[in-house]
Amino acid sequence: MVAFIARRLGQSVLVMLAVALIAFLIFRFVGDPVASMLGQDANQGDIAELRDRLGLNDPFYLQFYHFVLDALRGDFGISYRLQQPVSDLILSRLPATIELAVTSAVIALVFGIVLGIYTALRRRSVETAFIMTVSLIGVSLPTFLIGIGLIYLFAVELQVLPSFGRGQVVDLGWWRTGFLTESGLKSLILPAITLSLFQLTLIMRLVRAEMLEVLRTDYIRFARARGLARRVIHFRHALRNTLVPVITIAGLQLGSVIAFAIITETVFQWPGVGSLFVNSVQAVDVPVMAAYLVFVALVFVVINLIVDILYWVVNPRLRDSASGGR
Amino acid sequence: MTETPLLSVRDLVVEFPRRGETFRAVDGISFDIAPGEILGVVGESGAGKSMTGAAIIGLIEPPGRITRGEIHLAGSRIDNLPEAKRERLRGKRIGMVFQDPLTSLNPLFTIGRQLTETIRRHLPLTPAEARQRAVDLLTEAGIPRAGERLDSYPHQFSGGMRQRVVIALAIAGEPELVIADEPTSALDVSVQAQIIAVLKRLCTSHGAAVLLISHDMGVIAETAARVVVMHHGRIVETGSVGDIIKRPREPYTVRLIEAIPSIRRLHGAPATAPAGVPDAAPLVEVRGLSRDFVLTRRGPLQRLLGRKEEVLHAVKDVSFTVARGTTFGLVGESGSGKSTCAWTMVGLLRPTAGTVLLSGHDIWDGREGERYRRRRVQMIFQDPYASLNPRWRVGDIIAEPMRALKLAEGRSETEDRVAELLRRVRLDPAALRRFPHEFSGGQRQRIAIARALSSRPEFIVCDEPTSALDVSVQAQVLDLMQELQREFGLTYLLISHNLAVVRQMADHVGVMHRGALVEERPVDALFDDPKHEYTQMLLAAVPDISRVA
Amino acid sequence: MTDAVEPAPQSAPQPTRFQRFARSDLLWSYLRSPVAIVSSIVATVLILAAILAPWLAPYTPFDPATLNLMDGFTPPDSTSFAGHYFLLGADNQGRDMLSTIMYGSRLSLFVGFSATVLAAGLGVGLGLIAGYLGGFVDAAIMRIADIQLSFPAILIALLIFGIARGLIPPAQQQNAAVWVLIIAIGLANWAQFARTVRGATLVERRREYVAAARIMGVRPISILFRHVLPNVLGPVLVIATIGLALAIIEEATLSYLGVGVPPTQPSLGTLIRTGQQFMFSGEWWIVLFPAVALVLLALSVNLLGDWLRDALNPKLRR
Repeated sequence: MVAFIARRLGQSVLVMLAVALIAFLIFRFVGDPVASMLGQDANQGDIAELRDRLGLNDPFYLQFYHFVLDALRGDFGISYRLQQPVSDLILSRLPATIELAVTSAVIALVFGIVLGIYTALRRRSVETAFIMTVSLIGVSLPTFLIGIGLIYLFAVELQVLPSFGRGQVVDLGWWRTGFLTESGLKSLILPAITLSLFQLTLIMRLVRAEMLEVLRTDYIRFARARGLARRVIHFRHALRNTLVPVITIAGLQLGSVIAFAIITETVFQWPGVGSLFVNSVQAVDVPVMAAYLVFVALVFVVINLIVDILYWVVNPRLRDSASGGR
Repeated sequence: MTETPLLSVRDLVVEFPRRGETFRAVDGISFDIAPGEILGVVGESGAGKSMTGAAIIGLIEPPGRITRGEIHLAGSRIDNLPEAKRERLRGKRIGMVFQDPLTSLNPLFTIGRQLTETIRRHLPLTPAEARQRAVDLLTEAGIPRAGERLDSYPHQFSGGMRQRVVIALAIAGEPELVIADEPTSALDVSVQAQIIAVLKRLCTSHGAAVLLISHDMGVIAETAARVVVMHHGRIVETGSVGDIIKRPREPYTVRLIEAIPSIRRLHGAPATAPAGVPDAAPLVEVRGLSRDFVLTRRGPLQRLLGRKEEVLHAVKDVSFTVARGTTFGLVGESGSGKSTCAWTMVGLLRPTAGTVLLSGHDIWDGREGERYRRRRVQMIFQDPYASLNPRWRVGDIIAEPMRALKLAEGRSETEDRVAELLRRVRLDPAALRRFPHEFSGGQRQRIAIARALSSRPEFIVCDEPTSALDVSVQAQVLDLMQELQREFGLTYLLISHNLAVVRQMADHVGVMHRGALVEERPVDALFDDPKHEYTQMLLAAVPDISRVA
Repeated sequence: MTDAVEPAPQSAPQPTRFQRFARSDLLWSYLRSPVAIVSSIVATVLILAAILAPWLAPYTPFDPATLNLMDGFTPPDSTSFAGHYFLLGADNQGRDMLSTIMYGSRLSLFVGFSATVLAAGLGVGLGLIAGYLGGFVDAAIMRIADIQLSFPAILIALLIFGIARGLIPPAQQQNAAVWVLIIAIGLANWAQFARTVRGATLVERRREYVAAARIMGVRPISILFRHVLPNVLGPVLVIATIGLALAIIEEATLSYLGVGVPPTQPSLGTLIRTGQQFMFSGEWWIVLFPAVALVLLALSVNLLGDWLRDALNPKLRR
């Protein structure tokens, strides 16, 4: 167990280093940091001084080393566009994104798994055909269009829900939450649905496909031949075997909720990290881009690690090969 | 018979709708099983035997369904019961054993849990009592230290052990009838014999009748008293095992029985003498051949820390010679290294040590050896579906060696030769414009043979050439191989797990066990008077139709 | 030698290529699937309308000379003060919606197709190499693909777009925008192809017909292209179809986020972005019709891909 986690941790560190290298390359070579920081009409002396101060004359590996050290301290430099420390910018917008992402992830996971099981067990029913058709349309619809459609329906026509922003927020230390006010919760509904819909359909289709696959296996046939009750076969044997592979993909899908938030946040003008990133791309605000890349990679690596450990816990075959020999 | 039969099937029809038309898998069959009786059902693929078993236990996969006929269990009709009531019969009154023990058990649950849930479903026992009963059943099925093994997962058991668990599960609810669908077909010969014994013993001691479905007449002959022969969904003939084997009445049964090879010489005369002089100069010489596989790769850091790589010695110091124009049979169970041996001899896998000589040339001696080998060695594979590229026309498939080795000039010469080869393997030359999927398994294997012949090789390695084929087709392919051998003076290396096939085909036989060649002698000497104890055990374990009194 | 030659399975004359197609499972499955028929018709109509836009469109919406601000906000199926008829209405600048949509789909489709071709070429090539060579090359390629696959394509595309923005001098950004978009989307989508092709290559490589070819000394490169490639094209076709729908959606999303093509040369995403602001003031047609066009295009291509996957996958055929 310890060796297994240690190995996975080692791999995660390697991935993070690779991502940091990419972020560093972007930071260092896209645009000219000195020109961006000083503006067009700086004199040669200032430029040389700043280059020196930023360490741009150091050897390449040393610069990367400093970049990683700074990143570990949470220092990603100053935003060109907003002239504020990047880490402050991200931190102040993080609660909004996390609250949105977690709500969407829960919606996607719960409805995705329940609907997936339902459509797999009632393979030939009318409801299944309906759900599958709607889900296929759901996958084909661009997220931003779903958002616009929901805004049109609930904000313009029915006028029951707000079309943008977070509503009223409450400060809990540095964390600003929208969970505690009515307007905050109301504002969350449309963005959360928009963001969850794509993952929901994906998870549902995945669970369904996996469950159908499992229901075709010999051990399910044998379980029926042994005379086990249908309920036991479906919800004990088939479900457990279905969820093992689903954990991996569903976990990764949830990770991408954070990244997909970019679109949703733009549609609903949600003050999160995603809209910050889009604005930075438009303005070629390189430090923010680099920091966002590292942030998203970190989220993915952590989720990946959790998924790996979960997978290891539920799968006895893996447990054996990991404890013996390796 | 005055006694009511335990199971009575009357005029049963099972149909599958397919592409607008319906396909009849089972076409009006009737038979009975008496209480405690073992009834064999034999037939080739597509005979409808598995579907009969599925119909009785009520597990036909939709869209297939029973469209006519009746099934009675101990006098009461069961085929028209609602699903909820049929569910109650399964495991409790009718048990079932499937072919593949590796996939029959849920990999995520311990075998103890799977046993106790089945036992408690059918019998009113407390968890502790059910656990005790599970231990008893496993012990009865021949699993040592059953109490300790209850908490193991299926993957921690070997294939044979898993099939014992499966049988214990099938009998756990004390059913009156057990349907065993090819229960030993996925197992090695030596394990096969044990599993048949376990199945027979358990069913007898618990008083269950058995419906034993198998394509292997030998297995049926060793187990059952009465046998039903099926063909294309119909019953061809029913009778005692002895009658069916010795005095078959129907033409189909006669042909079927004739096609089954035996490990004895039934017809007296030995196989046709080899074309060459028996002790002619050897064509193939294998000297000290070894091949290792690294199981767990270690990174440089781990090797530095002194962690050893786990190595599997798949082939260990094997030496033998094959005389020109003869057939050398290599037999062994799965994992014995016989296929690895073959792969090193055709240039697919480099030996770790030792040499393979072809007329004195080392085939692994650089480019020179490779060039020498390519023109003279060919191979025929087991799976006639995977050995032909599905996107190529038959003509191109057969011409591939000629083109690769530049043996034919121009299109028309190539085509003429392909047509000639197709005639040689008894196929219509018009076949060259068709695709492999338009042919049956036996026809595909002929195409593969034609491809092997097209480079005019001297030596052909045949890796289980008929294992995927039905017995009647197997007989045709084997006959063809023998004819071609005489015609072209070919030398064969025949690899097979089927001892009977090797007895009929080979002049010389080698027995492999765990990577080593344990015994190597002329065919009759080896079969009639085996010296090595492994060979003796193997020969004793083969279910063979010649054993029937 | 005396037994008769076995006849080939069907004694019918040699089928032509068309007859074989007509008899194939694919056509059978197509004719039995109303979804496939309808979506293929819709896709064909939309694609033809886009390709033939310069000849079919009633107006040339991006020629300032023909624009009349008097036409602005003309509702659908009505004639403006300036006497122009607009079937789908006109936008704020008086451009005919039908024509802008046709030209917009043209651009969207061009970007989508080009990006998919780029992604497929890259992915199939790398997947074949990884699957056939194995070892270190395989590990390197697939590790990159794995990492990339765990991030949504839209994020990768945004990053690549941002990097390109920083590298290309501002003066040329207008002209390069479409190409940057194609490269960004193409590079964001190659991994799916690579992973599938590698998987299929690994399966095919272990097939016995490859072993047979190796025994007779066929060169690896020849085995790769003549044996393996034809057998992995089925799944590639499926991914390419679904990938086209994805690329169209990604292009629209990037343009909607304001990082895609410039507003002077609008694609469907840009049209929706500009139209959204009029939604609150009641000019619904400016956003609705481009959105419908985008949905129909993406949905029909996606449904076709979905059908194709089921039709080519014998396991799902029941």
